[in-house]
Order: sequence, then structure tokens, then C-alpha cells
Amino acid sequence: MSEEYSLEIVNPEKSFLSKNDVTEVVVPAFEGEIGILKDHISIISFLKPGIIKIFSKSGEDSYYVNDGIIEFKNNNLSILTSLIFNLKDIDKEKILEIQKSTEEELSKSEISDQEKYLLDQKIEVLKSIN
Amino acid sequence: MASLDDLKKRISSVKSTQKITKAMKMVAAAKLRRAQESAEKGRPYSDKMNNIILNLSSGISDIENAPKLLSGTGEDKIHLCVVMTSDRGLCGGFNTNIIKKAKLYFQKIMEEGKTLKIITVGTKGYDQLKRAYGGNIIDRISFKESKNVNYFDADKVGKLVIEKFEKKEFDVCVIFYNQFKNVITQIPQEQQIIPLKTSDEETNSSDDNYEFEPEEDEILNNLLPKNISTQIFKAMLENSASEQGSRMSAMDNATRNAGEMVDKLTIEYNRSRQAAITKELIEIISGAESL
Repeated sequence: MSEEYSLEIVNPEKSFLSKNDVTEVVVPAFEGEIGILKDHISIISFLKPGIIKIFSKSGEDSYYVNDGIIEFKNNNLSILTSLIFNLKDIDKEKILEIQKSTEEELSKSEISDQEKYLLDQKIEVLKSIN
Repeated sequence: MASLDDLKKRISSVKSTQKITKAMKMVAAAKLRRAQESAEKGRPYSDKMNNIILNLSSGISDIENAPKLLSGTGEDKIHLCVVMTSDRGLCGGFNTNIIKKAKLYFQKIMEEGKTLKIITVGTKGYDQLKRAYGGNIIDRISFKESKNVNYFDADKVGKLVIEKFEKKEFDVCVIFYNQFKNVITQIPQEQQIIPLKTSDEETNSSDDNYEFEPEEDEILNNLLPKNISTQIFKAMLENSASEQGSRMSAMDNATRNAGEMVDKLTIEYNRSRQAAITKELIEIISGAESL
């Protein structure tokens, strides 16, 4: 029996990535990382800024996401996200740029705790990949 | 009858207008292809989003505690209408059609004695609405600077709408845009985004048991604002494709009409030239005869 399922990542502009031979996907869900294997129970969750790791027959890929929603159903994983990069071809300046704007946002006083948590998380992740 | 010189001038002016409309048609055709492509590429995102929300909202147990964005404020007094039009003219009935649709809705609201608030996106809509509904327009947005439709612009509109909703400035939000069907047909649409209308299409998928992490309400609270931006983004994409399509067919018509006009004017020009020659000949001949 094969251990593969299909994955689709879409952002508002287009369908970003579609694969049929994924064996495991690790996503940075809001309450901690989730690894999804075949025949996982149907799940809906949303993502915090972090790294998506995709393991497939053809190799391993990592992507940075800003936010997103995942839905897993009948061995189909859909990830909706507004901002996504492949870690391989992201350039450092871009990361620094995002990091800077995030820090600015963080320094504003009127943000809620939850937002603060998300922004902190974002900076941490950005630092770690830089 | 106009003089020969006048006719000549007319012909050359119509010809140069024709050149302009032809060029605009070409440009619109090129842009249309791109706009259409991105409208099609954008569909999976909004469809998926819609699906997830449908699944979620059918899973919610107590309606009373459901997020306000989904269930509404419980009242129906103040309507906010987001009217999306283009920033440029010369695109046929594109803007007029949206405005017509919107005005119908406005009248209905007014007759029912409800309060009307308007946000216009795109300058052409503002120009057309400011005379009749100037007092109702609370904000106007234009994305003249951005070349292509992008998600961040849509997000700005979405956030503005949500901010106003949270301040309880309105109860119901409706957006107006043109849906792109094909180059000749664009259908003006009204779509209610707050409270979200759970269309009756499909409630069949509700028997899937989803696991939620975190809780349903929390996911919904996060998802609904995003959905609003997504819906607005979708409307913007459809709108830009429609605008280019509408412009293309309008300019095509204009070019054809200009061609017809040139033909007609040329015939008239030739006729009067001929008449002038005949007249001269007659004068010469009758002059010679009288000698």
C-alpha cells in the first residue's frame, strides 16, 4: 500500500504548488507543529508564521509561510496562505525587509497579545532562516 | 453641403480617432489575457476558502455565540455598499452597469427606511455617484497607482470594512462588481459579505467529522476577516478582467464605426468633388455658347 497523498498549496494569486507524491508534511499550526501522514483524520487548523516541510518521493522541500489555513480531508491536504516562499530561492534582503516591517509593527503599542505572539514568532523564524 | 476642405478635414480627423481606438483595443486585448489568467488562477483560493467556511459554519453548534461576522449583528438597519468600478473610462457600459445595479439596490434600501452608507472603489464610480448620493459616501478608495490587482490592496479594503463593522457602523455589507463571463458579456453582481450568506447550494459535506485545532470559534474568528479580503480580492480580479473585456469590445465597435464613417465621408467627398467639376464644366460650356 502506498503511503502517499496529494497536497495543494494555493495563494490568492495562483495555485502555488500541487503534488501527488507527498509522504509527510510538517506544518506550523497555531498550537504547535503538526506532522500529517496518510489517512490522518480530517482536520482544519490555521498556521502561524513558520516553515512548512514537505517530504515526498522526489525529495524534501521547505517553505516559509506567513499565515494560512490547512484542511486535510480524504487524503487531500490543502494549504491556503497569503505569503509563501521556497527557502531555496528566497533572498536575504527580502527576509530582512519583512523582518524590519514586522519589528516596526511589534513596536506599536495598541496590538493585542495574540498579535504580539504571532509577530514574535515571525521574527524568530525569520532570524532562524537568515 | 459642406465644402470640400471641410470634408477633407473631417475624414482625416475620423481617421486619426480610429487609429487611437484601434491602439486602445490592442492594449486592452493584451491586458485582458493577463487579467483573465489571474482571475482564473485566483479562483481555487476563494473556492477553497468558501468550502472550508461552509464546513466550519455547519459544524458550529450554538448559533448564538457564533462570530458576528457570520451571523450578523441581529439588526438590519444600516447597509454598507462597496461599489467597485474602474479608474479609467472608455470602457463601454462597464461602469454604468455596476452603478445601475447599485442604484437599484440603494433605492430599495431608502424606500425601506434604512440607512445607506457607500464606499466607492475606483474613481469612476465616485464620479457617477457623487451627485445623487454624495452625502452617503463615507469613503473612497482608488488603486490608480498599482498596475496589477494584488492581494494587499484587497486586504486594505477588507480591513477597512472590518474595522467599520467592529465599530458597529453598519449591519449588512454588500459588494457590487462585474463578473467576467466572456469578452462581450459581463454580469453586474451584488454579493452580500457580512453577514456571510451560507448559500443553500451544498450542505451535503457536513457529515464529515473534522477535528479542529484550536476550537471552531477561534478558527472562524480568524478565518472570517480573511474571507472578506478574499472575496473582495476575487471581486477585484473579476472586475479588472471585465474592464479590459468591456474596453476591448467598446473600442472594437468604435473602430468599426469610425471605418464606416470614413467610407461615408469619402463617398460624400467624391460626390461633391464631382459636382464641383460638373458645375465648372457647365459654366464654361454655357459661357462659350453665349458668345
